[in-house]
Amino acid sequence: MTEISIATKMSDTRQTARIGVYVCRCGLNIAKTVDCKKVAEDISGTDDVIVSKDITYACSEPGQMEIQEDILEHGLDRVVVASCSPRLHEPTFRRMMLKAGLNPYLLEMANLREQCSWVHIHEPEAATQKAEDLVKMSVARVRLLSPLTEQVLPMIKKTLVIGAGVAGIQAALDLADNGYEVFLVEKNPSVGGTMAQLDKTFPTMDCSI
Amino acid sequence: MADAGRHPDIKLHTMSEVVSVKGYVGNFEVKLVKRARYVLEKECTACGECAKVCPVVFPDEFNVGLSSRKAVYIPFPQAVPSSYLINMDECMGRGCSKCLDSCDKKCINFHASDEEITVKVGSIVVATGLEPYDPRPMDEYGYTRFENVVTSLEFERIVNAGGPTKGSLIRPKDRKRPKSVGFIQCVGSRSKRKGGEYCSNICCMNTIKGTLVLKEHYPDIEIKVFYIDIRAFGKGFEDLYNRSRSLGVQYLRGLPGSVEELPDGTMRVAVENIATGRIEFHDLEMLVLAIGMKPSSGTQKLQEMLGLQLTPDGFYLEAHPKLQPVDAATRGIFYAGCAEGPKDIKESVTQGSAAAARAIRLMHKGTISSEPITSEVIADHCKSCGICAEVCPYNAITVDVKKKTPAIVNTAACAGCGTCAAECKFGAIVMNHFTDEQIVSQINTLLAEKAQDKILTFACNWCSYAGADYAGVSRLQYPANVRIIRTMCSGRVDEKFIWHAFEKGAPVVLVSGCHIGDCHYIDANRWTEKRVEKIRRKMEKRGIRPERLQLEWISAAEGIRFAKVMEKMEELRRSVSAEEIAETLKILKEKSLKEKQGG
Ligand SMILES: Cc1cc2nc3c(=O)[nH]c(=O)nc-3n(C[C@H](O)[C@H](O)[C@H](O)COP(=O)(O)OP(=O)(O)OC[C@H]3O[C@@H](n4cnc5c(N)ncnc54)[C@H](O)[C@@H]3O)c2cc1C
Ligand code: SF4
Ligand code: SF4
Ligand code: SF4
Repeated sequence: MTEISIATKMSDTRQTARIGVYVCRCGLNIAKTVDCKKVAEDISGTDDVIVSKDITYACSEPGQMEIQEDILEHGLDRVVVASCSPRLHEPTFRRMMLKAGLNPYLLEMANLREQCSWVHIHEPEAATQKAEDLVKMSVARVRLLSPLTEQVLPMIKKTLVIGAGVAGIQAALDLADNGYEVFLVEKNPSVGGTMAQLDKTFPTMDCSI
Repeated sequence: MADAGRHPDIKLHTMSEVVSVKGYVGNFEVKLVKRARYVLEKECTACGECAKVCPVVFPDEFNVGLSSRKAVYIPFPQAVPSSYLINMDECMGRGCSKCLDSCDKKCINFHASDEEITVKVGSIVVATGLEPYDPRPMDEYGYTRFENVVTSLEFERIVNAGGPTKGSLIRPKDRKRPKSVGFIQCVGSRSKRKGGEYCSNICCMNTIKGTLVLKEHYPDIEIKVFYIDIRAFGKGFEDLYNRSRSLGVQYLRGLPGSVEELPDGTMRVAVENIATGRIEFHDLEMLVLAIGMKPSSGTQKLQEMLGLQLTPDGFYLEAHPKLQPVDAATRGIFYAGCAEGPKDIKESVTQGSAAAARAIRLMHKGTISSEPITSEVIADHCKSCGICAEVCPYNAITVDVKKKTPAIVNTAACAGCGTCAAECKFGAIVMNHFTDEQIVSQINTLLAEKAQDKILTFACNWCSYAGADYAGVSRLQYPANVRIIRTMCSGRVDEKFIWHAFEKGAPVVLVSGCHIGDCHYIDANRWTEKRVEKIRRKMEKRGIRPERLQLEWISAAEGIRFAKVMEKMEELRRSVSAEEIAETLKILKEKSLKEKQGG
């Protein structure tokens, strides 16, 4: 494939993948600019892609159900969701993977909304072409993803609050009243911050301390 | 205030500052330095005998220098902890010891020293607040030249019943009660030239409050407020504004251009009244500057220690401006109060409670699951060179270079930036979920067809990728041939990815990440910078135009900048001809042939 030396683990010998691709229309947010049906159709011939379809709202309850049913029915083991930014819905679809019995890290998202339909509103053809590229890139990547497991680590149930003005004091008291130990650190010799210097304060016009 | 000092579950450390933070969510190790107070905090009953005998007199910073205090003092009567302290820089030294002798409880200790304290916590709330704007650069208002020009904070102390004048209004120069007072708004705010460009939120209401306090005590006093517009947006605020106007306070639209002092100490204010369009002169016996607020002075130091991000204004940047207003992008860290932006007491308290609730939500289970996106060493390939340990911003890797034992990654400490994988010359590190193979497959796919038309962009998850999303949310338009590959950090972008892209016919490559100082992985992007420089030097040597590789810092808030950079990249791409690409392919092929023959 390439002439460069790439770091690979010995255990990384995979069987062929069974990939499901879902091109989300996001109502009209994506579909107004990107021809989602065409993208799904053009992808359907790609190696290892078992299912490829467009879908109205992938993130909605029915959308997720549809994907989960496909996973079971077609024995899919990897999923590409081409929709909004992963910064928004990656956690949503990772939970969906878990529910369908798949490792959540065998999911890949293609960003067709924030980074495609919304930024090329007047170029439907170029946007559709880009969407296709982005989905192909995701398919290539998802094929090579490995299942990962989250580590469970201990949590120290204590909080450090830096600054003892009204905001820090309020946070410290709320935490402490809920039984959490708090270290309240203040650089000055007294707590109180700016408010301690005020006499009457708006809107109540009463004393601040 | 007193509750915070008394609560059994709150360990209060005053005169203390954070000096280092290690670890990660669930398990932070924080080092504090507690400066010596020289008075035993727990024993002191605040009787004040010591201050009576102390011979050293200094201006009192709590009263913004309007009164005096001794070298042994209590910041203000209601201070918590209720204890005196000695400022050793001011104290005459051990020879004096008058205070020592005067203290019945013997709680003064000249031998006390600064203390280092280490605490372990699962979460952190940053509530470092504000710093009032220092109006000295605004010389047109004469703050440094005329005694009767005071800041709103000084004014607060002058009218405060517990303040240096016991609440009676006097002007500083001759200690006489002024018959007229002027307020100048937006000092240090809403200006491109001086102070911040933002609105400080509280100064309009604070001035209205001031006018009401004055009118209550001195109904005949003449008050004029010079302003751009009055921002009385909060609950109950408009009522106060209306009350102020109905009491005869005059609101004049227009900020003064200059202030002069008349021989009797009256201030003459020159202003262009926007309502009439005329230059007017107003004589007022005292002037109050409604100063705005800035982030607290230690913000930058703390931001670097905690790996946080700031807005262009210098306040802390929240994870999401609407949906996660008190979360930092770094898990386990929360904001409250003016540290996050200018706001009033009510909002600061609300955020304090919100931050506490978010921290509790995170901590209550007692465990935390960590993202498995960490690096892994393939021991067989490792040559124990130690580079990875050197570049890791989290000290998560240990290598014994002398004993030649392979590198070991502490996965709990690894934050997943991928810098080690990019820097290892022996392909001995696999960055999980962002492996070489996975990224190379994305490059291959995007350059498979019409490579010469594409703009390959690497964007880090936290800043540049988020900036691209922000461009989308703002519906900014940019060339449709941009293709983004997301990595967690720009530090992951391996040299070989760049060469590979050029080998596959890429006309241009952009690497983008967080601004220096804002890196989500402490300072991993410094390695990105070095690496890109190095590759560009190599390109130059090999006869490939180095401009074809670009590096840009784009923050999560810079959607506009992202779109502009893409326009610039498209311009650059157009300058790369098919011949130039063909030439590059030839150069790179010859080079790899030579390397093969060389062994
Ligand atoms: C002149 C003026 C008048 C105002 N009047 C009103 C009013 O009438 N009504 C109203 O609602 N609001 C008013 N405000 C606003 C009000 O003061 C703020 O909303 C409030 O004080 C913010 O609280 P805070 O806890 O966020 O910050 P602060 O009160 O600034 O407290 C921050 C604390 O953190 C400490 N700190 C900072 N950095 C560090 C560090 N690195 N390590 C340890 N400790 C640190 C500081 O010493 C300070 O004690 C006024 C503000 C000003 C300037
Ligand atoms: S609150 Fe009023 S005085 Fe303060 S910066 Fe905003 S507009 Fe200016
Ligand atoms: S950089 Fe690579 S070879 Fe060097 S110690 Fe780290 S893992 Fe081993
Ligand atoms: S991925 Fe980053 S944080 Fe993790 S070990 Fe490597 S350099 Fe350190």
